[in-house]
Amino acid sequence: MTPKSLYQAAVTNFLSRDEAKSLCDRILSFSKADETRVSVRSGWAGNTRFAGGQVTTSGDTSNTTVMVQATIGKKRGSATTNVLDDESLRRTVDLAARLARLSPDDPEIMPELGPQNYASISNYFENTATLSPEQRAAAAKKAIETAESVWKDAKSPGALFMAGFLDAEAGATIVANNKSLFAYHRSSSVRMSDTARTPDGTGSGWAGSNARDWSQIDPVFLGRRAGQKAVQSRNPVAIEPGLYTVVLEPAAASQLVGQVAGALNARAAEEGRNAFSQRNGGTKLGMKVFDERVTFYSDPSDPEILGDPFDAEGFPEGKNVWIEKGVLKQLQYNRFWAQKKGMQANTGGGGGRGGGGGGGGRGGSVRMAQGTKSLEQLIAECERGVLCTHFFYTNVLDPRSMMLTGMTRDGTFLIEKGKITKPVKNFRFNQSIVQMLNSIEEIGKADRAESGSPAPPMRVKDFNFASLSDAV
Amino acid sequence: MSPNRRDFVKASAVAAAATIAGPQLLKAAPPRVILRSTEIYADDLIAEALSAAKDAGAQYADARIGRYRRQSLNTREHQITGVSDAESYGIGIRTLVDGSWGFAATANMTKDSVVRCARNAARLSRAAKSTQRRPVELAATPQVKGTWITPIKRDPIDVPIEEKVALLFATNEAALKVPGIRFCTSGLQLLREVKTLGTTEGTLITQTFIRSEASFSATAAGGGNTESYTEELPPRSQGWEYIEELNLPGHAAEWAQVAVEKLTAKTVDAGRYDLILQPTNLWLTIHESIGHPTELDRAMGFEANFAGTSFVNPPEKMINKLKYGQPLMNIQGDRTQDHSVGLCAWDDEGVPADKWLIIDKGIFKEYQTTREQAAWVAPLTGTKRSHGCSYADSWDAVQFQRMPNVSLLPAEKDVTLNDIISATDRGIMVRNRGSWSIDHQRYNFSFSGQAFYEIKGGKVGAMLKDVAYQAITPVFWNSMDMIGGKSSYWLGGTFSDGKGEPSQSNSISHGCPPARFRDVNIINTGRNV
Repeated sequence: MTPKSLYQAAVTNFLSRDEAKSLCDRILSFSKADETRVSVRSGWAGNTRFAGGQVTTSGDTSNTTVMVQATIGKKRGSATTNVLDDESLRRTVDLAARLARLSPDDPEIMPELGPQNYASISNYFENTATLSPEQRAAAAKKAIETAESVWKDAKSPGALFMAGFLDAEAGATIVANNKSLFAYHRSSSVRMSDTARTPDGTGSGWAGSNARDWSQIDPVFLGRRAGQKAVQSRNPVAIEPGLYTVVLEPAAASQLVGQVAGALNARAAEEGRNAFSQRNGGTKLGMKVFDERVTFYSDPSDPEILGDPFDAEGFPEGKNVWIEKGVLKQLQYNRFWAQKKGMQANTGGGGGRGGGGGGGGRGGSVRMAQGTKSLEQLIAECERGVLCTHFFYTNVLDPRSMMLTGMTRDGTFLIEKGKITKPVKNFRFNQSIVQMLNSIEEIGKADRAESGSPAPPMRVKDFNFASLSDAV
Repeated sequence: MSPNRRDFVKASAVAAAATIAGPQLLKAAPPRVILRSTEIYADDLIAEALSAAKDAGAQYADARIGRYRRQSLNTREHQITGVSDAESYGIGIRTLVDGSWGFAATANMTKDSVVRCARNAARLSRAAKSTQRRPVELAATPQVKGTWITPIKRDPIDVPIEEKVALLFATNEAALKVPGIRFCTSGLQLLREVKTLGTTEGTLITQTFIRSEASFSATAAGGGNTESYTEELPPRSQGWEYIEELNLPGHAAEWAQVAVEKLTAKTVDAGRYDLILQPTNLWLTIHESIGHPTELDRAMGFEANFAGTSFVNPPEKMINKLKYGQPLMNIQGDRTQDHSVGLCAWDDEGVPADKWLIIDKGIFKEYQTTREQAAWVAPLTGTKRSHGCSYADSWDAVQFQRMPNVSLLPAEKDVTLNDIISATDRGIMVRNRGSWSIDHQRYNFSFSGQAFYEIKGGKVGAMLKDVAYQAITPVFWNSMDMIGGKSSYWLGGTFSDGKGEPSQSNSISHGCPPARFRDVNIINTGRNV
């Protein structure tokens, strides 16, 4: 196969398994390194952005990027290109080897994997991969017009301001090496979100969802929900900052509990750097760290997650329970750290190298186990609390207590005697996630948020709102 | 580098090649050209793209070819934790059909592919047109032709990797010799970007951007505790000479020593204090609480679904009216500043780089704009031109309004940091950036730092820890009552300011002197759980 035909195939769609195999074999044939790994991402993405009730920008892009990683003895280097003619590929292979030779020995290097068995996961949907500019514009229009009709039904003056984003992508991820490993997986994903703002600038509502399959995204529902929240959130009142019971919608909960996935790194925990480190050395493995109703696991074959079956090293992704009924059961050991500590590796170690900080990129597939109650029930059973739609600009103040700060946004409401009674001004929170997951009143039934795995809504007591903001 | 026939012909006559010159043009070194036999000239591909876009119904189109080379090197103690070298090359074509934008991009740099890509962009324009309520109108801009290159002495990408590794290992070695230091990391981020832009209005320009950045962090352990310190090493539009000037090995021990000192710092008593922000901390506060809220697209709601809107809105109630701060506060937007990472000759719409006051003597004057946005506020400001704030971070991303360098101008009188400390009775001084967070209209913010010092009776006292300052933007800036002079001015910045959907990363610098803010809320971020 000539390079040119490969190259053009990538433009119309993305590399097929055969094309990918040919490309990887060709690249591997150029390499004289002891070990060589080729990682390819070949795909298409189409997006449509809207604001002021109309599409503002939109784009279609296609690209194929190749990363070559060369290992010479205990030295390793990598180089990346998207220029796929032989000359560029040879240059990239040579550069990777040169970088490897120039690097000092890496004591944490692990050999490339041989052929692996992967779970069969189907997360590619044709209707997502072929979502056209016209379909995307029509979806934006539906969301806009639905939200505007909510506004008109509320007999409100002026025009609602609608903004949002729809983004679809489809492509193949490929890992191959000169020890006969060849892993090919194709996938698709799509997300849509929208924000409705009232013309007086006092109300704002948001809704968002993501899926592998476009048919699971409902622009009308998202438009209606954003519009309703905008209407309900007008003229918020200020209530005193302090400790409140909160009901976190799935998007809000997802933004906070996502921190837990990032703290599962065994090496960071053992080195005293995160929330699963003990104060005087060692980790909290086997210890109860959260409320007994809290379980975190990852499982790429979960139909609600549909993750990829392998990581950047070609290491098979499997099911892992990290926290079970509040007890820290496992930490993430990459192959190097597992070997050093006499543990079973449960992640390959990411794209770069055998060791390093450890902990592969599992953040997106870690999921918090759900309860059975709906969001509405969580609200109905709340005597007095604050309902949070989602958060903005959350950032870590202290990794050892998972202390975060951030802002509420686009729909913050007071709940009294089981009912939403009034919109309230947005708060800044300063809250430890460890403390929050020990202060749970109820975990509800999970729903899709704008990104990541579905998350359950939660009702939590003593959530620390530190100050108010006039931001709407 | 992107092959370019014009570069090839005029490689030795850069200044003469420009009909409208950026301010750095005369300082520019001749661009180096690497021609590759397998590629078609950039100018020819751009001509094909623009012609195809017009044939497909575009009244305006631009085509932008980008070739990016990014190199990064990261180390930890005596190991390399990552070396990467990435090349990316392709074309992005933007079309305006009946007042609606479309954009398509491809890495397949053949004539046929580029023609298909241009037609696809026009198709996206027409799809957008089906929702149109207000057609796009572009502010006039002069037709420009020319080349420009970041003034550098040595291309950082071409520096042998051995030299880079040796520098970082010498840095780590110096830090690890400091008693109490347990871990340390250092790194380099280097970029070379060649961008050719052509428009249907006749503009055709090629710019080469070189940017360099280093990083350093040390962790000390002792008494059952660990503390880290990250030095603030800003990115610059400079070559390897900048990395050498930083003298990482020469400073590593003093930086590492700060981490050791943090082990015995006392926890802060929460409360209200006067706050002295060193430029290494203040630049980020400027970025978040002035840079972002004065973006016009944000103020008009274009970012409502993601980055948020702005309290500096609506324009008619803000321009010449909003009292952002006291008269000593002058904030300048500037894409012409030497060594800044926002430096260019033209933006991604071919608009010549600009310099203007966003805030003049405490009063808000002008937003950041692109060609599409200029007319929205021209009746209020009298400024008809775009301020040249259009930028895309890659060939496969559409250009949109991004922040230029936004800087706090120093006082005319040469006030020093020591003068500010001497004049402060009870305060806290903050060095370098720590954690940060700000709301979606840029009112309520929280910033931390890397090192904090008690100020008592005009003198620097004990080191403090667990400090963050939380405030409301206009209240905070109106409380600024002292700023340093020219000799205390320092240029901070970042390679990675995110905005837009899909998110794009922008490089910007922010210059400022040290400044004092009165009666600011300080929280204690430490918590035992």
